[in-house]
Amino acid sequence: MQDFKTNTNPMADKGGYSQGQIGETITMNIGPSHPSTHGVLRLKTEFDGDMITKVEPVVGYLHRGQEKIAENLTYNQFVPFTDRLDYLASMCNNIAFVQCAEKLAGIDATPRCKAVRVICCELSRIASHLVGLAAYAMDAGSTTGFMYCFTQREKILTLFEALTGARMTASFARVGGMARDLPDGWLGSVNVFLNQFAPALEEIDKLITRNRIFIERTEGIGVVTAEQAMQYGFTGPNLRGSGIDTDLRKTNPYLGYENYDFDVPIGTHGDAYDRWLVRLEEMRQSSRIVRQAMEKMPDGPINIDDPKIVMPRKDKVLTSMEELIHNFTVATQGPDIPKGEAYFEADNPKGALGFYIMSMGGGVPYRVKIRAPSFVTLSALQHILPGHHNSDITVVLGSLDFVLGECDR
Amino acid sequence: MDRKKISSAMPYLKAREAADGMESYDCPPDKLLEAAGILKDEYEFQTLDDIASIDMGPDKPSGARFGAVYHFYSHTRKMYLRLCAMCPDNSNPKLPSLTGLYLSADWAEREAYDLMGIEFEGHPHLARILMWDGYPYHPLRKDFPLAGLPAPLPDSFDGNYDATKVVPAPMEGGPFNASQGDAFAEKREPRSHAQI
Repeated sequence: MQDFKTNTNPMADKGGYSQGQIGETITMNIGPSHPSTHGVLRLKTEFDGDMITKVEPVVGYLHRGQEKIAENLTYNQFVPFTDRLDYLASMCNNIAFVQCAEKLAGIDATPRCKAVRVICCELSRIASHLVGLAAYAMDAGSTTGFMYCFTQREKILTLFEALTGARMTASFARVGGMARDLPDGWLGSVNVFLNQFAPALEEIDKLITRNRIFIERTEGIGVVTAEQAMQYGFTGPNLRGSGIDTDLRKTNPYLGYENYDFDVPIGTHGDAYDRWLVRLEEMRQSSRIVRQAMEKMPDGPINIDDPKIVMPRKDKVLTSMEELIHNFTVATQGPDIPKGEAYFEADNPKGALGFYIMSMGGGVPYRVKIRAPSFVTLSALQHILPGHHNSDITVVLGSLDFVLGECDR
Repeated sequence: MDRKKISSAMPYLKAREAADGMESYDCPPDKLLEAAGILKDEYEFQTLDDIASIDMGPDKPSGARFGAVYHFYSHTRKMYLRLCAMCPDNSNPKLPSLTGLYLSADWAEREAYDLMGIEFEGHPHLARILMWDGYPYHPLRKDFPLAGLPAPLPDSFDGNYDATKVVPAPMEGGPFNASQGDAFAEKREPRSHAQI
């Protein structure tokens, strides 16, 4: 006999389901070392049978104190640390950080620098979405989809290697410009990549999007309504999957995104399937942006002409006293950033990555706060997951596409 | 958005200097909850994007030491707004919690509590989030050294002497710079030869 008066299950009075042992729950630990948690995420999960009744995400296993470190390094020295936030799209992080410092200093990057940054950001977005979708597809059971995505991502990483010397941790941006200009023929390689990427993306699309198993695993799972998405503080593809058309590249444009022609895909139901569709379409739009940026690539210098901010050219450093002094000052004391505070959010692949910099003047920030989109996404898990089945956890986690390096900082 | 309209509706907000041109106000802590409610309901700031805790330094002669900078975003107005609230008591910093208005305030406030030690009154579950439970310090405070301080390990490591020891990084010239001018690698980078 079931005594419903002593029932302590929060889901039972909602009439959603009834199982043999209502009210009796077990607590299970998922992670922190589990392949489908995409890093070191731990979920303290309470189950009633197969149904999740309560979830408590535990984060912090990858905490490295980046904000504390930032207070002790010059702006350019901190750029490599931003690589380790969302390591799947490191260039986006580099650029978001230097954009914030530039906003604080009132620096406007050169047109060529902006175009190069746009190309870097959008290629990173494609690479990051490819990993996100690959892991998502594999979590839902498709190993082939994983391989298709990673083949393409590998080609982008090869492009990055040619550009920056590093495949993942690029550290390519500097306050006032970039580490170096584009190498000869690099844009041609990007063009070759994009030409073969378009049909490859269609292949991924055909393989998974209409796959019956995938649809049944994802449709109606992990629903986040528009109202909830705003409450949770969702940004980026997760927010747009819920039907809100806030894309910071359109609404609060930076890097001259207002000059590019692209569409912002939005979902209608806010479920896991919509988030898949949004990311897939965003890759097509990113390819469009990269093509436009390559066509319109302006000539001219890549760095601004301010010896107190950017390093002088190396040949000048070796021959001229003035440049040698500037080189020494920028390298040891950092770029000269005035007193004040600035907040800048860039629409990164995982959502809006925000940097709040408080400066007391000089080359070292007084306080850097990193607003990590993955941190915000994970904070919503405790509201999204209850009411789902055990097997939906991997699908919801995959559809939210987060990175723990960014969450834990 | 009309700056005048905001300052007449909420006269306690004082315009704050902003290098980035953002709408920016100083808010007294006791009015923070009210101001955030008005911003959310009447000015359509649906999202609390971020809470940045700040520490103005332990040797500050006068004025508030701890505070928090709130960034709101309006999806209809497509704009940001910044509120800064400083804690009145330096030895026991406290601010009202915004968890009743914004769900995203939950983890943001836990993080500010964890790393800066600001207590958010009315938060349903104010526990450490990035550091482990029972960690004794608030590492983002300015008087916490960059190298770290020895701290007891998490409870689960009790009695487990094989667990990782906390070895502070050498401090000369920055967090990860080895000390200069010594020929022997062992002296330049003691961690690589530490007997653990």
